[in-house]
Amino acid sequence: MSKIVVDPITRIEGHLRVEAEVSGGKVSNAWVSGTMFRGIEKILQGRDPRDAWFWTQRFCGVCTTVHSIASIRAVEDALKIKVPPNAQLIRNLIIGIQTVQDHVIHFYHLHALDWVDITSGLKADPVRTAQLAASLSPWPNNSATYFKGVQEKLKAFVASGRLGPFANAYWGHPAYLLPPEANLMATAHYLEALEWQKDIIKIHAILGSKNPHPQTFLVGGMSIPIDPDSQNALNADKLIEIKRLLKKAQDFVEQVYMPDLLAVASFYKEWGAIGGGVGNYMCYPEFPDASGNTWLPGGAIMNRDISKVVELDQKKITEHVDHSWYQDAGAGKGLHPYEGATDPNYTGPTPPYDFLDTEKKYSWVKAPRYEEKPMEVGPLSRVLVAYVSGHKETKEAVDMVLAKLGVGPEALFSTLGRTGARGIDCLLIARQAPKWLDELVGNISKGDFHIHANEKWDPATWPAEAHGYGWHEAPRGGLGHWIKIKDRKILNYQAVVPSTWNASPRDASGQAGPYEAALLGTPIADPEKPLEILRTIHSFDPCLACAVHVLDATGRETVQVRVC
Amino acid sequence: MQTHSVLLFRSGQGEVRMTKVRTEQTGEMRENGLQREGYSVGELLRERGVSRRDFLKFCSTLTAALALPPSFAPSVARALDEVKRPPLVWLEFQGCTGDSEALLRSANPTVGEIVLDILSVDYHETIMAAAGHQAEAALDRTIAEQRGKYFCVIEGSIPMKDGGVYGCVGGKSHLERARQVCGGAAATIAIGTCASYGGIAAAAPNPTGAVGVKEAVPKANVINLPGCPCNADNLTATVVHYLVFSKIPALDSHGRPLFAYGKRIHDNCERRPHFDAGQYVEQWGDDGHRKGHCLYKMGCKGPATFHNCPSQRYNEKTSWPIAAGHPCAGCSEPAFWDVMSPMYNRLPSVPGFGIEHAADAIGLGLAAGAAGAFIVHGALNAMRKDKEPGEDTKEG
Repeated sequence: MSKIVVDPITRIEGHLRVEAEVSGGKVSNAWVSGTMFRGIEKILQGRDPRDAWFWTQRFCGVCTTVHSIASIRAVEDALKIKVPPNAQLIRNLIIGIQTVQDHVIHFYHLHALDWVDITSGLKADPVRTAQLAASLSPWPNNSATYFKGVQEKLKAFVASGRLGPFANAYWGHPAYLLPPEANLMATAHYLEALEWQKDIIKIHAILGSKNPHPQTFLVGGMSIPIDPDSQNALNADKLIEIKRLLKKAQDFVEQVYMPDLLAVASFYKEWGAIGGGVGNYMCYPEFPDASGNTWLPGGAIMNRDISKVVELDQKKITEHVDHSWYQDAGAGKGLHPYEGATDPNYTGPTPPYDFLDTEKKYSWVKAPRYEEKPMEVGPLSRVLVAYVSGHKETKEAVDMVLAKLGVGPEALFSTLGRTGARGIDCLLIARQAPKWLDELVGNISKGDFHIHANEKWDPATWPAEAHGYGWHEAPRGGLGHWIKIKDRKILNYQAVVPSTWNASPRDASGQAGPYEAALLGTPIADPEKPLEILRTIHSFDPCLACAVHVLDATGRETVQVRVC
Repeated sequence: MQTHSVLLFRSGQGEVRMTKVRTEQTGEMRENGLQREGYSVGELLRERGVSRRDFLKFCSTLTAALALPPSFAPSVARALDEVKRPPLVWLEFQGCTGDSEALLRSANPTVGEIVLDILSVDYHETIMAAAGHQAEAALDRTIAEQRGKYFCVIEGSIPMKDGGVYGCVGGKSHLERARQVCGGAAATIAIGTCASYGGIAAAAPNPTGAVGVKEAVPKANVINLPGCPCNADNLTATVVHYLVFSKIPALDSHGRPLFAYGKRIHDNCERRPHFDAGQYVEQWGDDGHRKGHCLYKMGCKGPATFHNCPSQRYNEKTSWPIAAGHPCAGCSEPAFWDVMSPMYNRLPSVPGFGIEHAADAIGLGLAAGAAGAFIVHGALNAMRKDKEPGEDTKEG
């Protein structure tokens, strides 16, 4: 038995470390550690609740809208503010295109190199590559000339002798199974997706001023004004540009991402039985309409039982710190986000170190549990819950993918299932987003320019004390923010984040978190080059800056402003 | 070693020459056993099918970003034609990857061109293919073999408290890595407000003792590019500035390049005429908001913020916060998280507010008022500077 360390896990957001024991060519035990901490929730105490979205947005610059959304929802819940329909639709568009863009970037730029050997593409025949691509999709770039051009660029790059970000990778690893033509096709689309992502996210610039970190969110609505007769507001010119970009997004997802995903998956079907994880799946309802109903359902599936969806109750969420570097205020018991009280207390090795003490505390990530069970969140949970709930579009898309790959629903509980579900999620949202735009245009046509509920903007209108929570389905899964407000200031703020659920360490009873559980049994061909570990970890799309935080309910800290 | 210089222009103060060292990169290529000499950026772009016309267009855009006159574009093109992809290592510490994402959105040049053609990005955890110790080995190799030649970009703050335990990669603390990597860099670019000044992690009560790069590694040759996140156009322009002029751009008292941070947002703001005319947004969605009036009363920090957002904008010049109806948050100013918040409170003590007033008087009044209640030693200092952007270029 040998213990291997992968640190840094690259092609993710943030700082993640894996320590794994390998015996008999398989992972026999694994520990996952978040190695960076900032303490933003502690910093939030005493500040204006209307600012919280701007601060919590900085949890993460990759899923750069999600904390803003959860935060304004939490404050709106606490203050009982009803958001105007236009603001709700603008938010849905922002959330939707964030998810679509994020999933495509994840597939091509963060995950693909686990399956695609770029160097093999140098040996591909461009004519046969074009034939392969044309057999999969009507995408206009599928010509031999195009693929030859990409291949020649690659050759020139390699000949320069400076491989930059592609140096030292696991190229030539025996676990790479794609033929050279599929590798070349995927490499070409890696480059195309790089261009595409910066274009379609201009929707955030139009509606949100910029991306990353759009800046038009407001408690009570949005700050992007609507007026078809003004050049300083959302007008026909800008709406038609959004429509064009949404079409561009949908076309790429339908004609490039999904065909590539299915093509790559067809070579790696054994990964439909690897990387299953904890087997409990949870998601929150998302994409509200004017009446408060949501387009996608929330709920939980326990122990892979797809006969029913369990209704969620936010009171059943707790966080544990038995293996996390925090003081244990709950004395061994998990605490609800409203009640949590924790301070950082690092007890790990002094850096530089070779190994963490995984018997004790070993991560800055906490261990959230639902009814004391570890839960997987993310696109797979979202798709499973919608599928089992009978959500029509989801059911059709899942059945299409399963049929094309010739596998049953049980293959969804895997590394491949996670990666496939992300594609399905992306496809469904890319198709849905134009409908929100149409609805927004319809409202504007009727003369509704309302973007903000002003009545509660002035803190003088607020009660002395309030508390609330906001749920959001981020690209990486269920996100919740809980806020307590006292005297118009933040008393306590707590975020339970998708990657906190997924990257959680063990809890008091020794239950492993989803990453840790998913790594068990993963085959390792070469412990020096643990490509297979990256496949399973990347299938979750880790986002570690989000995952690590601290909460504190022990009274509010006065903000000290230095004067000099 | 062969040096090569090109006359760029003459001014009253003398000549500006571009000096380049030509043989070092070539020597390294030979060590690698390659037959061919190193490709220049221009050659590589042509190899990748970028036309000369597009290349020159790109150079013009960069020239504009650098706040240089258009007549400089051919010089920029000439410099890029001769420079071999300089190595760059990008380290993320206590950050949110927002600045890396900004890099992904860059258009002039695109991230594909930056990564494949212009620079040799030898280490960047978010995009690199290698992981674990192979990734660390790539970093070690660049800092050993390219000592004094590589650029270092740092994203995120550095926690100093408790021996730096609040941030580790590969078992090493952020501080240890910063010292190791910045020491051998030609220049270190602190990208974003966290790397520049500590940013959000350093906001009160600063639980981890977070600081910016210059404070953590005082000996490093640091250029600060604050912003939350940094505008990627300013990163590209900084690198090109170095390549064209062989030295780092002139900086203000906060270590920011004057070409990007030399003017107040308020002075370049498209809504400034409304401020001068006393036309303000009073409520979200009101008539003034829809017509693009001044956001001062809604908490805009543009009058105390130095940044080129109004001209450079974001996402291929699509928009920026004020254009989209939201106040400036002051994100490029040191300690803005503490001194510019609450976000929706208006800046204090503005004499003559609400009536037409000479712009400079308001600006100075603001800064004077702010100095008492605020930490902004910067706003005042920078405002007193009589240096114009571009003046940094007027020397050999």
